[in-house]
Amino acid sequence: MAISGVHPLAATIAAWMWLLPVFPLLGFIINGALSMYSSAHIGPADPDMGHGGHDSADGEAHAASGHGDSHSVGKPRFASIVTIVGPGVIFLSFLLAAAMFFAMRGVDMTTPFVQKYWSWMPVGDLQIDFAFQLDQLSMLMVLIVTGVSTLIHIFSVGYMGEDEGFARFFSYLNLFVFFMLLLVLANNYALLYVGWEGVSLCSYLLVGFWFKDKVNADAGKKAFLVNRIGDVGLLIGMFLLFANLGSLDFTTLAASTGSLQVGGALVTTICLFFFFGCTGKSAQLPLYVWLPDAMAGPTPVSALIHAATMVTAGVYLVVRSSFLFSMAPVASITVAVVGAITALFSATIAIKQWDIKKVLAYSTVSQLGYMFIGVGVGAYSAGVFHLATHAFFKGLLFLGAGSVIYTMHAAYHHSGNHADAQDMRNMGGMRKAMPVTWVMMWIATLAISGVPPFAGFFSKDSILGAAFEHSHDSILSSATWLGMSGHTVLLGVYVFGLAGALLTAVYMTRLMLYTFHGPSRATEAEQHAMHEAPWTMTGPIVVLGVLSLAGGWLNLPSVASFLGPVGSLDKWLNPVVGSATLAITNGTAIEASHGVELTLIGIAVLIAIAGIVIAFVALKPAKLVTKDQSPGEHGFEKVLAEKYYVDEIYEAGLVHPAFVTAKNVLWRGLDVGIIDNLFVNGSAAVARGFAWIGAQIQNGSTGAYAWGIALGAIVLLSVFSFR
Amino acid sequence: MLAESLGLSAILFVIGVIGVLTRRNAIIIFLCVELMLNAVNLTFVALSRYYGMGGQVFVLFVMTVAAAEAAVGLAIIISIFRHKQTVDLRNINVMKG
Repeated sequence: MAISGVHPLAATIAAWMWLLPVFPLLGFIINGALSMYSSAHIGPADPDMGHGGHDSADGEAHAASGHGDSHSVGKPRFASIVTIVGPGVIFLSFLLAAAMFFAMRGVDMTTPFVQKYWSWMPVGDLQIDFAFQLDQLSMLMVLIVTGVSTLIHIFSVGYMGEDEGFARFFSYLNLFVFFMLLLVLANNYALLYVGWEGVSLCSYLLVGFWFKDKVNADAGKKAFLVNRIGDVGLLIGMFLLFANLGSLDFTTLAASTGSLQVGGALVTTICLFFFFGCTGKSAQLPLYVWLPDAMAGPTPVSALIHAATMVTAGVYLVVRSSFLFSMAPVASITVAVVGAITALFSATIAIKQWDIKKVLAYSTVSQLGYMFIGVGVGAYSAGVFHLATHAFFKGLLFLGAGSVIYTMHAAYHHSGNHADAQDMRNMGGMRKAMPVTWVMMWIATLAISGVPPFAGFFSKDSILGAAFEHSHDSILSSATWLGMSGHTVLLGVYVFGLAGALLTAVYMTRLMLYTFHGPSRATEAEQHAMHEAPWTMTGPIVVLGVLSLAGGWLNLPSVASFLGPVGSLDKWLNPVVGSATLAITNGTAIEASHGVELTLIGIAVLIAIAGIVIAFVALKPAKLVTKDQSPGEHGFEKVLAEKYYVDEIYEAGLVHPAFVTAKNVLWRGLDVGIIDNLFVNGSAAVARGFAWIGAQIQNGSTGAYAWGIALGAIVLLSVFSFR
Repeated sequence: MLAESLGLSAILFVIGVIGVLTRRNAIIIFLCVELMLNAVNLTFVALSRYYGMGGQVFVLFVMTVAAAEAAVGLAIIISIFRHKQTVDLRNINVMKG
């Protein structure tokens, strides 16, 4: 293990950073072994034995309702070991990360702390090491990933407690954290890509966790395949980067950007390819379609992978590559524009969804759009700030939704009802049964809507503020994007962001009203069976609630200086993204006057409150009827409820043609026609033809052989005579 | 003299070849093979006049081999006759895989 150079962190606990991903990996191995052992040895002691018939009936009922969150009865095998190992390893990583964080606060570091473990791909000019780097950005990501993961792992103990795949679930979840840590700790793009693909794999495994329902397995495949499309973009970007700069590790690249021309075609192309990778991983237009379907997985998975951590990998990639994006104004504006359109587009879809998890899924797509607005306009720390607060409040919303679904399931299980436990039309009035979840969900709703002083207000405001401020006096505003001036485009991005914020407040309030307020639409017996989920589930929700409430203090705007220290996160991230941010703003730190800033904040708050008020006035939860009695949607509402028919358009425009091409051209034409018939069978026919000729010659007639010898002799003699 | 000798041996050899190719009786074919061998022997002897005694020594070897061949060949023919009651080549067609 070689430590390059003497770094102030080398003598601290940060030298142990290789342990961060090792803990989850150990957890994966232990839980995976237990899972494989228990599935291979079903003995008489196995509690699932007696429930075999019951489980399959249960599974069918859930297949009929179209949703996967199923709970079978009875404790799975090794539950106690898995309960300790699964969340335990992640908590160990979190403790180590926290210790490293305090060590980092104690030293003054401007360069990342790099640890090289071994040489990974030493091929000619391609020198890739297996090396980790710790800087302020990695540290923050590690804290978010391990912290939120710990909470969600604890939640899963309750949520998945009666699932027969308990050990398997935790082994996948541990593996996910391992790959995620690899992603954020990698010191080169190749190692980052390993983590990038690894989290996709875990996402696939966990979306299709209940793979016995075809819907879930299909959703897993869709998530995996759509991600692969984006990954091609990231790969091409990496190839271009290596071909032109001759390196893939961040430190070398950041130092060698001088050979690139600012705004040049090359750096723009690389950034656009990187961003295409981000649209897949972080569910932006046009590749967002997998994320809503990924809600087929267990709810803790939706909270951890599809809201708090994995989907933010794209944002992390852009921030990590900020030294490139700040040199490519056109690519940066593209990022912001795609983010803005996605933010508004998916917010409109979220407004007409009835499945509680689908609302949150489209909300996640929308919030990721905001993060991309932030990193697109060059406010990298604002994007990361929103990433952090979003991890808190969206993790909370998903866990809360999971709690609600868990309760609904328990009630339906009690009454033998087979209705859809995730449809908000079947809920209502749940605040009576689950007051803790209700209060915490309201905190998260206010946070995501942007009501001060909750976390989302500060982060969303700093993003929209940056979009507005960077539309003047930045390299973005003076650039041209598709024939429009960057100034106009960024103002458009700001307006889209505001419109999206209004819709965010509306759809989140709608979710709260329909789920927790109004009369309950469950039967009397079911209402009695509803009660707050166990403490393993409410505990993490409360912790995330506190973080959603206080997360804004990470990075207070200067006008809120009376609340505490200003811009802590900006200062923390300055060594990583400071120069890139300065490059975007032509080398001068833009400091908007307090008047402008207060006006922007005022508009944002007004819009958030307006959205909540609109939802309260326009929506009548008392008039709502259950799912099976609901009339169909009409007009534009139907278009929204059907998600703009994007899946259908993709199906007709891309999937079906690809399928037909694959079937007729590739399968029947290329595979059967050319490879099978021409090459395989054809070569066999040629061989058989020669064999037929040979068989005719070797006919057993001695006379013919004699003729053969004589003619052969004549031919040989002629050849040698006339040569 | 050399031209005449070589011409004679060529004629003898071609007669032998034609015999091998056209006749159907195994004994006749066998005789024709002997004829071909002796045509070659004649060439050896004729050329040994110009190139030394090696040719004549070789003739002795050829005659030895021919004697051995005659013994084996005739034995095969007898064996075939016992098996098939004929030595007609048209009926001998077992030499195939």
